[in-house]
Amino acid sequence: MSADTIMRFEGVTFGYGPHLVLNDVSFSIKRGEYVGIVGPNGGGKTTLLKLVLGLLKPQKGKITLFGKDPEETRSRIGYVPQYFNVDRQFPINVAALIEAGLLNRRGFLPMSKKEAKEKIAEALKSVYLDGYQTRAVGELSGGELQRALIARALVSSPEILLLDEPTANVDPAVGVSLYGLFQELNKDHTIIIVSHDIGFVTSSVTSILCLNEKLYQHDGSKLTPEVIESLYGGHVHLVNHCHHCHGEEE
Amino acid sequence: MQIDPFLLKALLAGLLISVACGVVGSLVVVRRLTFITGGIAHAVLGGVGVALFFNIAPVWGIFISGQLAALILGIVSRRVKRYEEPIIAALWSIGMALGVLLAALSPGYQSDLMSYLFGNILLISPYDILNVVILDAIIILITALFYKPLRIVCFDEEYATLRGLPTDFFYLLLLSLIALTVICVMRVVGLIMVIALMALPPTMMLNHTNRLHIVMLGSSLISAALITAGLLISFRFDYPSGATIVLLTGLVFLIKIIISELRAKA
Repeated sequence: MSADTIMRFEGVTFGYGPHLVLNDVSFSIKRGEYVGIVGPNGGGKTTLLKLVLGLLKPQKGKITLFGKDPEETRSRIGYVPQYFNVDRQFPINVAALIEAGLLNRRGFLPMSKKEAKEKIAEALKSVYLDGYQTRAVGELSGGELQRALIARALVSSPEILLLDEPTANVDPAVGVSLYGLFQELNKDHTIIIVSHDIGFVTSSVTSILCLNEKLYQHDGSKLTPEVIESLYGGHVHLVNHCHHCHGEEE
Repeated sequence: MQIDPFLLKALLAGLLISVACGVVGSLVVVRRLTFITGGIAHAVLGGVGVALFFNIAPVWGIFISGQLAALILGIVSRRVKRYEEPIIAALWSIGMALGVLLAALSPGYQSDLMSYLFGNILLISPYDILNVVILDAIIILITALFYKPLRIVCFDEEYATLRGLPTDFFYLLLLSLIALTVICVMRVVGLIMVIALMALPPTMMLNHTNRLHIVMLGSSLISAALITAGLLISFRFDYPSGATIVLLTGLVFLIKIIISELRAKA
């Protein structure tokens, strides 16, 4: 494995009962890449994500993360779940939400309260949520909550940011600003985004994994309508979003 | 004015119990574990029956059956998720059936069984108060020590797992705390009505703060006020204390919900 390769799937197969979700999937991701994973519903995106996080084990093949089993090294991943899965009724403020990213394996803070406060403030600053510490999580807009979840991932200083549908159910303008943020974060982190939004993803990433049981790996610029049609199994238009015209399409 | 010593003891016990109730009840509500709490509470009656049948101190039967029910429910719900609800239903009804059957086979059972089912705080003994003090101390100590991991496990268990926290341990710990609280609260309102006192005061607090420990503190105070008011009413009019406290709690909860809804619409 090249020193720069931080994630590798080799002939990975996984299914639920007789139904195969991933079939002989192989790919690798290098440090500093910005990878988009696209594909239709039920195509295996979520399963692939759980395999990367070590929450599922492959039935065939091998997955290595930083050269080891994902379960051992997943703490080096900053995982950002979909914001609408968050329980917004829960009595928790933004500082406490982000503090969870600092807890050690026993559930305790391995630093002083002052140091934790500084790290939380720094993480919030990096997602442009300065001063949001005491805001209730339930009062945040979708875009703000998504940013707060990114801050929770960032606070643990991960090497990889793994984002699950970060722009699902947010306004197009918010989506544009989030993709701008991801490009900034890509300067210091390897980024993997799972998304339905092929238009957004193709215009941002350096590499695309198209997933529908089988996997096709592309350079972002080479993703053609023909590839997408073969992936989705029907007539599909590729729409490229213009990042400078606030959500309008080219 | 001289206060009746029975009432004084009951008021003291009520205040002590409201602490366990508010602290653990808040975790039950935010983690949405009311059904499991009902299962543990009702399964405890089996332990009461066993204790009465073998003529041992009921507190041991209650303690062991509560912890056993928490352990079974915890393991089943983590390992075989699809059996979670049937197991709760099974423990709920089998615990009750075992309690009723064994108590029926024991001499002089009826008044004892009724006090466990419906509560009778006015008959609480100094020994019972000492037990509640010890249980309160254990509950507060464990919750304070594990506050942060318990909060994150209740809020976002998947994230806690990814951070490497032992989520199974914390879930079982939470169920164990619930079983300990059931022992305290059953003294006031009985096993059948435990859920009302554990779930309603924290729910009343939920929209008023974004901090879990404030929910715990606020619901402890609400519980203390409702238990005290309920006890005074039941003592004054000679009503059953447990039922009076639960009805009062339900009434205040309904009023609170109606006011909140009207304010939201205004």
